[in-house]
Amino acid sequence: MGNGTSIGRVRGLGSAKAGPHHWLQQRYTAIGNLLLGLWFAISILLMPNLSYAAVTEWLGSPIPATAMALLIISTIWHARLGLQVLFEDYVHDDGSKFAVLAILNLVSFAAAAFGLFCVIRLALGGA
Amino acid sequence: MAQAGTRNRPLSPHLQIWRWGPHMFVSILHRVTGSGNVLGLAILLWWLGALASGPGAYAFFAQVMTSPIGYIVLVGVSWSFFTHMMSGLRHFVLDIGAGYELEINKIWSIACPVLGVILTVLFWAILLLR
Repeated sequence: MGNGTSIGRVRGLGSAKAGPHHWLQQRYTAIGNLLLGLWFAISILLMPNLSYAAVTEWLGSPIPATAMALLIISTIWHARLGLQVLFEDYVHDDGSKFAVLAILNLVSFAAAAFGLFCVIRLALGGA
Repeated sequence: MAQAGTRNRPLSPHLQIWRWGPHMFVSILHRVTGSGNVLGLAILLWWLGALASGPGAYAFFAQVMTSPIGYIVLVGVSWSFFTHMMSGLRHFVLDIGAGYELEINKIWSIACPVLGVILTVLFWAILLLR
């Protein structure tokens, strides 16, 4: 970044060209969340009760297990994108911003891995 | 750039400048409920973890969540979920370039949070009264 010419003063300060991709992914995952969230809410209401036996039997069957795995991926992905925007808006210090975004990525992947592991264990009868 | 940041440049007006309207409320509510849904995700993961761990862990989860504070939290995250869903649907409409007329925009800015509350009440009414 130079101080000489007018082009030198602005070079490198524009968009990183990654915004539309982030924006679209937020929408794609929102569509997934809408379908899967409604599925989950309705499923809770349709279950005879929320006892351990009833819920494990339900999550042990193929379609609920698949939908729950997709729900975990879609919602955590969406949350990761949304929280990224939140941190970029409110954390102004470059070093702190890098740190919270790094932590956000680690926690998001850990949360998704944990959720998927639990669903697989329930679906494949490990529990 | 070196000089641009140091010059006393005008700032764009922020929240305290504008007269408040429902569109501002629903916009902030969308961000608040989106953040609130992270708590919902944490509870969902605890629920799945308890299920995968066995009946003992699930009994503890159920005991916490059926306590008075547990119910308050669950009602809160369900309200957050439904409200974020409704204001998210509003965003889909705005994204295609519709719904910016002042009257229409105002109607849906009020309707979305109201529908979020109605869906929350319906959900719990069905869950508890079935």
